[in-house]
Amino acid sequence: MLTATGLACVRGERRLFSGIDLAVAPGEWLHLQGENGAGKTSLLRILVGLTPAAEGDVCWKGESIRRLDEDYRRDMVYLGHHGAIKEDLTALENLQLGAGLDGVELAEKDALASLWCMGLKGREELPVRVLSQGQKRRVLLARLLAKKAVLWVLDEPFTALDVKAVAMLSDLIGEHLASGGMAVLTSHQAMPIAGGKALQL
Amino acid sequence: MFVIIRRDLLIAARRKSEVLTALFFFVIVTSLFPLGIGPEPTLLKKIAPGILWVAALLATMLGLTRMFAPDHADGTLEQMALAPTPFGLLVAGKVVAHWLVSGLPLVLLAPVLGIQFGLDAGALGIMMIALLLGTPLLSLIGAIGAALTLGVRGGGVLLSLLVLPLYVPALIFGAGAVEAHLSGLDVTGHLSLLAAMLALAVFFAPWATTAALRIALE
Repeated sequence: MLTATGLACVRGERRLFSGIDLAVAPGEWLHLQGENGAGKTSLLRILVGLTPAAEGDVCWKGESIRRLDEDYRRDMVYLGHHGAIKEDLTALENLQLGAGLDGVELAEKDALASLWCMGLKGREELPVRVLSQGQKRRVLLARLLAKKAVLWVLDEPFTALDVKAVAMLSDLIGEHLASGGMAVLTSHQAMPIAGGKALQL
Repeated sequence: MFVIIRRDLLIAARRKSEVLTALFFFVIVTSLFPLGIGPEPTLLKKIAPGILWVAALLATMLGLTRMFAPDHADGTLEQMALAPTPFGLLVAGKVVAHWLVSGLPLVLLAPVLGIQFGLDAGALGIMMIALLLGTPLLSLIGAIGAALTLGVRGGGVLLSLLVLPLYVPALIFGAGAVEAHLSGLDVTGHLSLLAAMLALAVFFAPWATTAALRIALE
């Protein structure tokens, strides 16, 4: 269970938000909403531990994420604006090396299977440079599945995806929640997934 | 850690031109001196260690700006910081990859280039040992500079100003070892000092680099 109390974020002289309380239980997901520049990404970065909060604390299973450190990072996966995708490597290499970074040993067979599942059949050996934005995001989503994380933190996961991929991702999130997972995400679209709570920044 | 090394080597293999540029730079700079100074064996022999070392310093500098900047731009650094493996270990992996790509080739090329200065086999051997100890040190110190100047506008120039003074001890003892050999003195002192600096840097540089990267990521 992810909880946070009294979170505040200060960027330079500006106070983006303060007094944010949130709680996400297994099977639940949190939809962060707000205008551009409201601090959605900043809040996500605080939740995953990239940026320290100006005030307040984030807890995972009742313990501060600062104390848990690597144990928290093993349970969590974060997909930011930039996908950590290397343009010169192929989709397959990107997926395998990305999973390796996440501490998952991904065999070539399994990696290929998950790329095909993402609709990238026939493009596994192409450098990612020649793929479209949406296809790059699909490579990232394959990585999301490879790391069997409990908590998914997704920043605008639907950007650049086509209708089919949006439906597929919604299903994936739905399945993840049904199996006791949790998700925090930002999106400007309405989300057809059950069990959601909204937080307005 | 090995994932990072493999990944960086793979990327370097895909972008051969960047690696080769630094190596060609090393070869050309060291070759220009004998051409410019003329065939005077005693003088060439005297200046050889210094020139090879200065060229090696500058050649390693060329690759430093690319050490973290591309990873910072495409979010890889964020994912490294969030990986279940300690961030410091992954950063150390990147330094190792940098050395394998831009340090080790210099060590292997140096004896070939040393021949045109008229160095004998013994001096070339000492040169290689000194570079073998010195180039990892250059990568480690350079990593701190690269991390500190990450995301700074005009970071490349700032990086040189920051890192080159820190390279001075490596230059003095590295070139000094070969000079000592040429004048018939014992070289163990110079090499031990280089090794001691390397041992210190292996422990502290990844730690300092990681701290600097965390600041850049906030």
